[in-house]
Amino acid sequence: MVEFKEVSYIYHTKNGETKAVENMSFSVKKGQFVSVIGPSGCGKTTILSLAAGLLTPSYGKVEKQSNEYGYMLQRDALFPWRTVRGNIFLPLEIKKRNSPKNRENALMLAEKYGLKDFLDKTPNELSGGMRQRVALIRTLAAQPDLLLLDEPFSALDYQTRLEVCDDVQTIIKSEKKTALLVTHDISEAIALSDKVVVLSARPATVIGEHNIDFGDNNPKHRRECPEFATCFEALRRQLGI
Amino acid sequence: MKNLNYSPQHLIYLKKIKRNKIFVNFMRSFILVLILGVWELCAAFKIIDPFITSSPSRVVKTIIDLYLNGSLFYHIGVTLFETLLGFIIAIVAGYSVAILLWMSNSARKIFEPYIVVLNSLPKIALGPLIIIWIGTGYTAIIFMTILVAVIVCIMNTLTGFCSVDSTMLTLMRSMGASKILTLKKLIIPASIPALMNTLKVAVGLAWIGSIMGEYIVSRAGLGYLIVYGGQVFKLDLVMTATIILCALAGAMYGVVALLEKRLLKLY
Repeated sequence: MVEFKEVSYIYHTKNGETKAVENMSFSVKKGQFVSVIGPSGCGKTTILSLAAGLLTPSYGKVEKQSNEYGYMLQRDALFPWRTVRGNIFLPLEIKKRNSPKNRENALMLAEKYGLKDFLDKTPNELSGGMRQRVALIRTLAAQPDLLLLDEPFSALDYQTRLEVCDDVQTIIKSEKKTALLVTHDISEAIALSDKVVVLSARPATVIGEHNIDFGDNNPKHRRECPEFATCFEALRRQLGI
Repeated sequence: MKNLNYSPQHLIYLKKIKRNKIFVNFMRSFILVLILGVWELCAAFKIIDPFITSSPSRVVKTIIDLYLNGSLFYHIGVTLFETLLGFIIAIVAGYSVAILLWMSNSARKIFEPYIVVLNSLPKIALGPLIIIWIGTGYTAIIFMTILVAVIVCIMNTLTGFCSVDSTMLTLMRSMGASKILTLKKLIIPASIPALMNTLKVAVGLAWIGSIMGEYIVSRAGLGYLIVYGGQVFKLDLVMTATIILCALAGAMYGVVALLEKRLLKLY
């Protein structure tokens, strides 16, 4: 679905240049949920921007099968002047796909995932967890093939975070979407993913890849598996913390 | 949504709020009455010279005189027309220029020093030029009004545009939104609070502009009455025009504040 081939990226500012990503190679297969973890400030967001094509690699290549991606951000960025319905329709309006059929489709998604009674509310009337769910449905509304998730749970409190985390994984899996998540939370990465890619400090490069195949796909069950702790330790050591 | 089964504590709380509101409103009116009363009494007992300070009763008499000879609403109308037209043109022009400057980073950088200089320039310095270029009719006054208000309109709205949440901008970019679409779907709705603030500031500036314009050139309007009254030493006229001006400016601000309350419910 997406393949990074020896990608490097250099940021230019007036005061000089910073190498954010160096010689990075990994791939995300169709239907896979891949997490990228690394120390904070190692250029994780850069990786998503590269995957989205918002940035062009300085060296190397990002190969993609599809340009249809949806981006989910740390903060939900819901527009307070629009209702939940209006927020969900936003990508359709921007991508000029605002047909009745697509709108119907987006509304079906919203109803399927418990937003039916909230469609006419404004974002300010919703809880943090609910807002993030609206943000996910908004991301899915334009029917992307690939989801790019930029620490979408980090702004939530711990309890909501666990809930939303499970929520999002269930929705993404049942919609059979491919997802690339960046996070600094090791347990989140293990609970959600089929594969975890570990990055070094800046300039970021891949220092390990772990396939996670214990438990079923349910994050809650996986957290309870005995292998969870072993895996956590292995990743923690690799990150050097 | 309304729950009428409040606890007694809540009812006490509501009562307290209501009482406070009544108190504030009462004190406001009381202070106004006090000022007018003291003014009137001081004038009546010749503690101050009513020829120079006028008095509330003389102001009322002047208003009635003006009304009877038909010039009251004429002068108010002239000033109101100049102020409103200047205000509207300044807002529309300022908003449009701000949009153009937002569209292009280079344009913003290029024009920045010009805008800063124009903003600091006291517009009244341009009075003689305006008279020579545009003449002495009401167009000159409207032009002065625009001149006073427009730069602040540009600067305020542009600041509003540029302070839109960067996460929302990233979101738009990730969806592949063009600049025009970003403007339409995000920047304009997101900056309505800034626009409302601009309107409030611009109301005040438009009054400054129109009265200043009437001081320089004019044969009618409240500013004209003030200047004329001062020249012929009819201080009653000066006070009357000033008080009418206070009322009008307050009312116009009130309209804008009401509009703001309506529009900003969601923000």
